[in-house]
Amino acid sequence: MSIPLSYTLRNLAARKLTTVLTAGGMALVVFVFATVLMLEEGLRKTLVETGSPDNVVITRRSAGTEVQSQVDREQAAIVENQPEVAYGMTGTRLASKETIVLISLPKRGSDKASNVLIRGVGQKGIELRPQVHIAEGRMFRPGSTEIIAGKSVAERYTGAGVGETLRFGQREWTVVGVMDAGKTGFDSEIWGDVDQLMQAFRRPAYSSVILKLNDPAMFPELKARLENDPRLTVEAKQESVFYAEQSQLLANFIRYLGMILSIIFSVGAIIGAMITMYASVANRTTEIGTLRALGFRRNNILSAFLVEALMLGAAGGITGLILASFMQLLTISTMNWQSFSELAFSFTLNAEIIFKSFGFALIMGFAGGFLPAAKASRLAIVDALRAA
Amino acid sequence: MHFLKLILRNTLRHKLRTGLTVLGLVVAILAFGLLRTVVDAWYAGAEGASSTRLVTRNSISLVFPLPINYQERIRRISGVTGISHASWFGGVYVMEKNFFPQFAVDPKTYFELYPEYLIPPGDMKAFRTDRKGCVIGRKLATTYGFKVGDTIPLRGTIYPGTWSFTVRAIYDGAEAGTDTSQFFFHWDYLNETMKKAATRRTDWVGVYVIQIADPDRAAEISTEVDAIFRNSLAETLTETEKAFQLGFVSMTEAIVVAIRIVSFVVIFIILAVMANTMAMTARERISEYATLKALGFGPRFLTGLIYGESIAISLAGALIGIALTFPVADRFSKQMGTLFPVFGVSLDTVYMQIAAATAVGLVAATLPAARVARVSIVEGLRSIG
Repeated sequence: MSIPLSYTLRNLAARKLTTVLTAGGMALVVFVFATVLMLEEGLRKTLVETGSPDNVVITRRSAGTEVQSQVDREQAAIVENQPEVAYGMTGTRLASKETIVLISLPKRGSDKASNVLIRGVGQKGIELRPQVHIAEGRMFRPGSTEIIAGKSVAERYTGAGVGETLRFGQREWTVVGVMDAGKTGFDSEIWGDVDQLMQAFRRPAYSSVILKLNDPAMFPELKARLENDPRLTVEAKQESVFYAEQSQLLANFIRYLGMILSIIFSVGAIIGAMITMYASVANRTTEIGTLRALGFRRNNILSAFLVEALMLGAAGGITGLILASFMQLLTISTMNWQSFSELAFSFTLNAEIIFKSFGFALIMGFAGGFLPAAKASRLAIVDALRAA
Repeated sequence: MHFLKLILRNTLRHKLRTGLTVLGLVVAILAFGLLRTVVDAWYAGAEGASSTRLVTRNSISLVFPLPINYQERIRRISGVTGISHASWFGGVYVMEKNFFPQFAVDPKTYFELYPEYLIPPGDMKAFRTDRKGCVIGRKLATTYGFKVGDTIPLRGTIYPGTWSFTVRAIYDGAEAGTDTSQFFFHWDYLNETMKKAATRRTDWVGVYVIQIADPDRAAEISTEVDAIFRNSLAETLTETEKAFQLGFVSMTEAIVVAIRIVSFVVIFIILAVMANTMAMTARERISEYATLKALGFGPRFLTGLIYGESIAISLAGALIGIALTFPVADRFSKQMGTLFPVFGVSLDTVYMQIAAATAVGLVAATLPAARVARVSIVEGLRSIG
């Protein structure tokens, strides 16, 4: 027969301040742990969903990012006419020759400048990205100095709202629409007509070519042909892979920093739990002796104290997760080191993170409670009953 | 004297509990110190900036270059005492993760503007006469084991191809805050190679660095430079070196803010632990305190005992934590290599650590002390802990 759960619960309730402080310490650790996982997940989701597996990004070999890449007109034409490229409704190829430029824009309110990515897209540019919709205003007219801004760019930068104008490349550009890209990387971009932008920035070559394939399975064949063609100096990547690679450096940084911090912080919380549990054992020595005398076994005592420690962990875990879930309301924007442009992403909570964080809380409770519980279970009945 | 002795004896009554609390404090103070140092490292570039240097870049963004012929036009402005230029190369050494900054510079003028880069005169001469030579910082040299005479291959991401450079000199920093993780080579080498490969990309530089005599005229000269090139194909934006560096920091500000917040979270975690320890201690000793009250000791004496014990424990933890911060930071800096060019624990960080520990000690003692001061003798003597 095991010691009833109500005994453990009453013990926790008897010293409220101690219980609250111990669980509170653990809650903060869980909060940090969960927040980091949420941030990493948010970043991953933003960039992974930006790319689609049926699309292929063509950049100059070893350029790494679209900003550093150059694909000249001749090469772009060869790439565009590969047999694997799908045809659209109107019978033209589903390919977009694009130019990517970084411009520095001041933020609303603070006037601090940050880099924003401007993408000049071809006629098919929007068709290739089904996740992009015009949320406000309209699409830019080809051949004009009109641009559309991503949702988070329109919110955060001066002059990027509908009807406002931006000046760069010796021209005034009117923002005619805001695009909602469903929280993907395109929300942090500005789009315009590729030919206009190339002229404004005096670029002779495109930055990249985006293709839609008839069948994603054809990709390896296309890649091999393009990369071995002596006329071309390009590299082909699946769009989803391309964007996942863009986030790697930042995601790794967040993950490692977060994990190291969580582990260091958890030491503090485990020590807190240990102090509480040792005191809990010391205060109840006589009680433990009585329980043993009544016939409860050593392992009953061990599990009763372990359950108490796990309950502390669970309370901390739940509180920490509740605190962390509020972080979903925030959007964070920072420079992505690889593309050198600003990227907005939010904290994303999912079942896996809840599971991991709660598990982490229980592990902390267990680690803090094990030694005291073992001590309690090892007490000899006579000594325990004699203790004052 | 007796008072201090009593405090000391009290702290040692529960050796295990005190030991665990101190250990927790050590970890927290250490983590706090390291996080503050990481934030400082973020600002290191701006801290090392000189007030007599201005940086001119293309106003569209840093990605756009400026024509080389701007150099002479800027030099003519009154108040400008020196000018040089630097272009970001963005090469990869073996693997992407081996990151360090590389700049193509003018070998004659660039190092005149940066007297904090100390180069032996003989090596400097060797660098100037070898067009494929390079100058690297001490930290970069120790991280990858480069020596003078070694060849360093870089795979260009902005300028295609594989480039190889011979190390001709290693520079040391004049101050602890000088960035010695950089790599400099001849702009001529870059430019001549581009002449063969891509003619359109020749005669451009990334940024101009301008030396001015009087830092008070920085704003005026900046405006003057930008006015010359307004409405040209490459409009410029000139700012002080510090503002230029802070521009980089502000782009990743969210991360800095997050690290700052987290550094305070660890203090709150340890506060919860410490407050718990003090609450338990006071609860267990309540009958003792009642006895002391019955003997005629006032509430001030009792609260003094509790505050004293709390602060003694937290400062003990803080001292060990601070002592450990230095070797751990050193180790961390070696591990991170060139990712954090400057990584040193500042005196401010140590003060912050002491302040944080004292605050934790004081706050943790508040509730128990108030309770003990309030408790009546009869109630206290009756309590069984």
